[in-house]
Amino acid sequence: MLSVKNIHANIDGREILKGINLDIKPGEVHAIMGPNGSGKSTLASVLAGREEYEVTEGAVSFLGKDLLELSTEDRAREGLFLAFQYPVEIPGVSTTNFIKAAVNEKRKYLGQEPLDAVAFLKMMKEKMALVEIDQRLLSRSINEGFSGGEKKRNEVFQMAMLEPKLAIMDETDSGLDIDALRIVANGINKLRSPDRAMLLITHYQRLLDYIHPDFVHVLYNGRIVKSGKKELALELEEKGYDFITDDIDLAANQ
Amino acid sequence: MNNITYFKDQFEQLQEANPKGTIANLRQNGFDEFTKDGVPTYRDEDWKYTNVSSLFNKEYQIAENSSVTLVDVNALRLPGYKQANELVFVNGRFMANLSTIRSEATDLIVLPLEDAAKGEYKDIVAAHLNQSSNYLNNGIHALNTSFIDGGVFVHVLKGKEPEHAVYCYHILDARENPSLALPRSLVLVDESSKLQLTESYTTLGSSDSFNNQVMEVVVKENAYVEYYKIQNDVANASQVSSTHIRQIGRSYVHTVTITLNGGIVRNNMNLVLDAAGNETHLYGLYLLKGKSHADNHTLIDNLKPNCFSNQLYKGIADDTSTAVFNGRIMVQPDAQKTNAYQSNKNILLSENATINTKPQLEIFADDVKCSHGCTIGQLDEEAMFYLRARGIPKESAAVLLLQAFAADIIDQIKPEPLRSYVSKLIYEHLAIQ
Repeated sequence: MLSVKNIHANIDGREILKGINLDIKPGEVHAIMGPNGSGKSTLASVLAGREEYEVTEGAVSFLGKDLLELSTEDRAREGLFLAFQYPVEIPGVSTTNFIKAAVNEKRKYLGQEPLDAVAFLKMMKEKMALVEIDQRLLSRSINEGFSGGEKKRNEVFQMAMLEPKLAIMDETDSGLDIDALRIVANGINKLRSPDRAMLLITHYQRLLDYIHPDFVHVLYNGRIVKSGKKELALELEEKGYDFITDDIDLAANQ
Repeated sequence: MNNITYFKDQFEQLQEANPKGTIANLRQNGFDEFTKDGVPTYRDEDWKYTNVSSLFNKEYQIAENSSVTLVDVNALRLPGYKQANELVFVNGRFMANLSTIRSEATDLIVLPLEDAAKGEYKDIVAAHLNQSSNYLNNGIHALNTSFIDGGVFVHVLKGKEPEHAVYCYHILDARENPSLALPRSLVLVDESSKLQLTESYTTLGSSDSFNNQVMEVVVKENAYVEYYKIQNDVANASQVSSTHIRQIGRSYVHTVTITLNGGIVRNNMNLVLDAAGNETHLYGLYLLKGKSHADNHTLIDNLKPNCFSNQLYKGIADDTSTAVFNGRIMVQPDAQKTNAYQSNKNILLSENATINTKPQLEIFADDVKCSHGCTIGQLDEEAMFYLRARGIPKESAAVLLLQAFAADIIDQIKPEPLRSYVSKLIYEHLAIQ
């Protein structure tokens, strides 16, 4: 589904990603972990098409298409979803209207008829129940005055509505208390399916207590330095990142 | 100025035909002032960014006759007109035959200004007409005063809440010549009465037009006024629109000025708070494209204590357009406990667009609360990325954000038919690239 080959990326002339390789198949859940500044969010931004990042080398194919050639909106309409680490507050734009526009833009792109008001409301109701989000939040402006947990829940709700093929969750656990984390993680779990892949980006292991990944990768200094099964996350939790990164720093200095 | 001789001839003809009375005297004073002051240039601080003198290089006709008919009027009626009094002005003159007064004469009086100046309203006209010249002492205003002819007097009677609103349609007939209109009106909103007044502007034909308008509104004790100005004329239609509102009794005024199109547009919105406890809200929205130029000058003169005023003007400038906001608040020595707030927020969409914004506070009392603020920014990149990351194309995302920016001004248009109408105009205006 997603094949990342030797991606190098810069921001403001500084190289952040230094050759990332990653293969994700339908139905798989991958977790990318790593210390602060290792390039986790940069990877998410590059995949979603944030223009400040310049890809200097490498290739990404998504469902057989050259992802890097697609605009941000086309990536979304092809089925890539980024749950933001810091969802943006947009005063004056109602959440419901925004999601309706997004759903119908995607349908248009795929050559489908737009959803009418009734069908859209029915879909909203189903997905609202799935991710446990309150109707009142959705009638407000996008994320305006939402708590941290409400913002993240809104991200998962949008993911439910847009039914992506690949969901990238950028630090979805950050800023959540334990109850909010559980609700958000439950929502994500309910959206797991054999034809949907997920890429979880996280600093801490605790999200992985709720969402069990198939694969865990450790990102350090712009490269994936270790990959394994979910046990790797537990090992990281126990020993800290140092047990991997020290070896690498040592090797680099020799 | 090329056309000074033309103005002089026209003025002399007008004075010869109607040589006596309050209005003739005002005209004479106006013309003397106009010949003395001339048209303001960028050297005048108040006109620094708005080059009105360029408007005087055209061969305007102050056309008396026009073939404008009811069919033309039908085409530009505003929604909700069936519940409104419709006053039609053609080339600046009030046209009784094209207008429709739906209110009862016991609620609302509409008279040609000349008639009002002679009959039972003569003292009122003498007392209130041209009070604006105390604040707008420049050649443009004086030119309007020189040609007071065919104006209108509107009186909302005491204690009456007219069932009907008042819509003013300004039609400039530029089908044959460049058209100059100099409409003048005096509106008296009597004690405990209520008025909803809306003005719109339409140029017919492809020649240039210039509407130099002065409206004076006198608001008495316990009265309530909503005033809407909708400027969506063609790109070669220019105007200087001066609205001078005096709240002489404790009263409430709410104004919204919407500027979407036009050549050079200058709005003077003056509020004189001449009674204790007045409340005033001024809103404005300008969405400029092409070469449009919109200049909103507001003035709030607090003369008496305990007045409250709030101003919010928002604007977007694209292409090579220019926007100007100058918000002047004066607090006179007697105006203790004044609360005056002002905010101006702008978005620049193009590298070649310009925004000039200036708050101007002159406070001579010591127990007041005044605040002002202005911002100029671009479309929020983070918000754009967020919308696009959900599959909404760049252009639509920009329209969504700009609509959201405009929404809190549109919401200030209280009558639903007008609000939906303006909202739709704005959507279409923003969506056309």
